[in-house]
Amino acid sequence: MSILLQQLVNGLVLGSVYALVALGYTMVYGILGLINFAHGDVTMIGAMVALTSITALSGHLPWPAAVALGLIAAIAVCMVLGYFIERLAYRPLRHAPRLAPLITAIGVSIILQNLAMLIWGRQYLAFPALLPQTWFDIDGARITSIQLAILGIALTIMLILDFLVRHTRLGRAMRATAQSPQLAGLMGINANQIISITFLIGSALAAVAGLMVSAYYGLAHYYMGFLLGLKAFSAAVLGGIGQLRGAILGGLLLGVIESFGAGYIGVLTHGLLGSNYQDVFAFFVLIIVLMVRPSGLLGKPAADRA
Amino acid sequence: MGTPASTFSPATVGKGLLLVALPLLLQAGPGAAWVRIVDVALLYSMLAIGLNIVVGFAGLLDLGYIAFYATGAYLYALLDSMQFNLHWPLWATLPLSAALAGLFGLLLGAPTLRLRGDYLAIVTLGFGEIVRIFLNNLDTPFNLTNGPQGISLIDPIHLGNFTFSRPHHFAGLTLTGTQQYYYLFLATIMGMAWLATRLQHSRIGRAWAAIREDELAAAASGIAVRNYKLLAFSLGATCGGFAGALFAGFQGFVSPESFNLMESVMVLCMVVLGGMGNVNGVIFGAILLTVLPEALRMMGDWQLNHFGHIWVDPNDVRMLLFGGALILIMLYRPAGLLPSPAQRREWQKKLP
Repeated sequence: MSILLQQLVNGLVLGSVYALVALGYTMVYGILGLINFAHGDVTMIGAMVALTSITALSGHLPWPAAVALGLIAAIAVCMVLGYFIERLAYRPLRHAPRLAPLITAIGVSIILQNLAMLIWGRQYLAFPALLPQTWFDIDGARITSIQLAILGIALTIMLILDFLVRHTRLGRAMRATAQSPQLAGLMGINANQIISITFLIGSALAAVAGLMVSAYYGLAHYYMGFLLGLKAFSAAVLGGIGQLRGAILGGLLLGVIESFGAGYIGVLTHGLLGSNYQDVFAFFVLIIVLMVRPSGLLGKPAADRA
Repeated sequence: MGTPASTFSPATVGKGLLLVALPLLLQAGPGAAWVRIVDVALLYSMLAIGLNIVVGFAGLLDLGYIAFYATGAYLYALLDSMQFNLHWPLWATLPLSAALAGLFGLLLGAPTLRLRGDYLAIVTLGFGEIVRIFLNNLDTPFNLTNGPQGISLIDPIHLGNFTFSRPHHFAGLTLTGTQQYYYLFLATIMGMAWLATRLQHSRIGRAWAAIREDELAAAASGIAVRNYKLLAFSLGATCGGFAGALFAGFQGFVSPESFNLMESVMVLCMVVLGGMGNVNGVIFGAILLTVLPEALRMMGDWQLNHFGHIWVDPNDVRMLLFGGALILIMLYRPAGLLPSPAQRREWQKKLP
């Protein structure tokens, strides 16, 4: 029972990070119909900036101030990055066939990775161990303070975002643009501005997720964005791409599936397959979901965008 | 492809002679390393031709194409190495590798081809990663792939008593192993390119073009969309498997690292950059993207010779430049460097 609970908590924590990144994918896809292939790497940049600034500040400031400033720095850098990626690599190709922006997105991803490699090097960077390490015992399962913080912050952000999209003027404009940029324009909505704002919000979420994942694993690496981005995208598709609540559900679900899968695959297959297959689960789930229900768990059926 | 009237024009004959003499010139000039680079470029050209059938002809975005290359390479490695002490002849291994890859293409395509563009891209990407992870981990429970170490000591490609990796004498010339591989690969590519071009202009090719441009209209015109898509997918995969088997014999060593996502992306870039749908264009893209990074690598030696110091390490910046080149080419030449006429018309129509 305690192992079960432990895997559930680990999965939820991992899943809430996936969910934050998945939100970035799903918002951009909902409005532009474009896979922002570079989003995972924006998350990586967020992690790197946060880690560097927190390491630099930790000697001079108490840890909450250092973490807060590091987070702000990461969010600022990622937002600038997201804005310019959209302006330079996606906007000029908005009316081109869809393979073109996908290739530029791959180009941006390659550039971000190699830039990060030049700046931060090829080695794994260690996250400074400055957060107080306390944990709570619940029925034999151990929940650390970092896990609690990640869960709490992620859920708060998701609630705020959900409120923003459903109940504010900006959110209504975003939903209108997602339905039809042309018609939204006729209603007096500046679609370009809304798209920029979408990229800004998505990048800010990526920065938060980057800080979380590097603090959780205690590591950051220039290549970390790739797999994280891939899994987050799988999560977005799992929940129904274009659906905010779908991304959240998909992210949490994927985290839990991965955690249980890695924990129990050895038992289920009598030691035939080990936890080194952990990364396979995301893709198997993705392929199965797309075969059975291509529009995702919360997606509307026949969401057919040409 | 030239019209019949131009088949034996002086320009064509000149090009042909240049292709035949190229490995000899490279060996005499820049050195044996460049013959090898050109061999690798030719292997990538085979992949580009295969992926072009899927992406360029049928308009299906496949981001896991390298998995089929891996399938072919690993099958050759298993059937012709000390791994299981099997040494099957080429005429059995090569068709088997191509067929197995084609079968994998069918198996992947059958459930996923009703997905549209982006979804298909992500599923194929996931499939590519799954294959790689399995290759990495199938050293347990029994040792099939030798895990991350890969399979080494693979037999070189041999036909009867003729082993391609050993030097041979022809009419007073001594050809090295890499030079003989060059001729083998060149012949393969000419065959593949010919087949691909014939396919493009056949009934099948026209059906693919119809599906690419408007799936709904194609279906309404009585084209069996699903079957044609499957055909494109498995034909592309077959090419990949064929190239993979040649790669394993050429390299003498395979490991999962050679088949990561970056390789799939690279082949896709060759196709898009060279000009989707144009067989000559994608071959050009493949050669350009193989030779360009190697040429950038040479820049390091050049700096060392001229400044006595490496200011910008080419190994660090070459991928950066590569990413930048992808973006710039897409922004200014969205149809690629050598687009097919039909594709160019399509793009110009769509661009405002």
